[in-house]
Amino acid sequence: MNPALNPGMAPVATPFFFYLLAGMAIASGLAVITRRNAVHSALALIVTLLSVAGLYLMLYAPFVAGVQIIVYAGGIMVLFLFVIMLVNVEISSKERQFNRIWPIGLAAACALLALFMSAFTKGKALFPDRMVALPESSNTQQVANMLYGEAGKMGPYTFAFEIASLLLLVAILGAVIMTKKKI
Amino acid sequence: MADITTLHYLVVAAALFVLGVIGVLTRRNVVIVLMSIELILNAVNLNLVAFSRMWGNLHGQLFAIFIVVDAAAEAAAGLGILIAFFRNKETINVDEIDLLKW
Repeated sequence: MNPALNPGMAPVATPFFFYLLAGMAIASGLAVITRRNAVHSALALIVTLLSVAGLYLMLYAPFVAGVQIIVYAGGIMVLFLFVIMLVNVEISSKERQFNRIWPIGLAAACALLALFMSAFTKGKALFPDRMVALPESSNTQQVANMLYGEAGKMGPYTFAFEIASLLLLVAILGAVIMTKKKI
Repeated sequence: MADITTLHYLVVAAALFVLGVIGVLTRRNVVIVLMSIELILNAVNLNLVAFSRMWGNLHGQLFAIFIVVDAAAEAAAGLGILIAFFRNKETINVDEIDLLKW
């Protein structure tokens, strides 16, 4: 990180922290897809989400990091753990964990990774080295201005924000109706 | 050590994405498949925020917030379907969910 971007204080976003957080995210992501017990997978996924939140902080996106911790680690993962407790963990942890065509799936995923890597090495020029300084202290205010609009005018994402609330309403109704025994 | 550039974040996000794809394609437990989808969405979010930093505007971060909303809706609906299915068939393995197969 270029120290000239945030003068006056020592840069916290050092390469060491980047590699630490990235390593934690990938290691616990590996744990998510390999653990036999679904509860362990969920706990590993929480570690991944928190590491990614740390990466957001390094990218000067404190509001997204907060949303990640509150909504993902606090809300969605509690929902997941709740459902894991409802369905039978004991039986499914004793069964076969991978389906019959897993070598094909693994090969396809590795081919995808190779595709990504070749795109990143060949198309390096598409991703310039510059890192523009984003104002960190007013980040939440700017996000709010874009979401809700400022000075009485609609922001660029106000309509999408309303549609998102509609989507959440439909999701709530769907979840309630599908889990009811009799409608 | 060299400075951390956008490409570093893209590589981390690609690794997370591929881990999620492996989980979706190989695991039998539906709950873990849904968790792998969350991994994929997180990789996309990391990309968007890294690009937001690269271009110096907030559109990427706004998109990331909307994707978090989508992930919440998807998790609620998916887990609702899962509970309804478990009540009928007493299983949560993907390869045994074949009611629509003829």
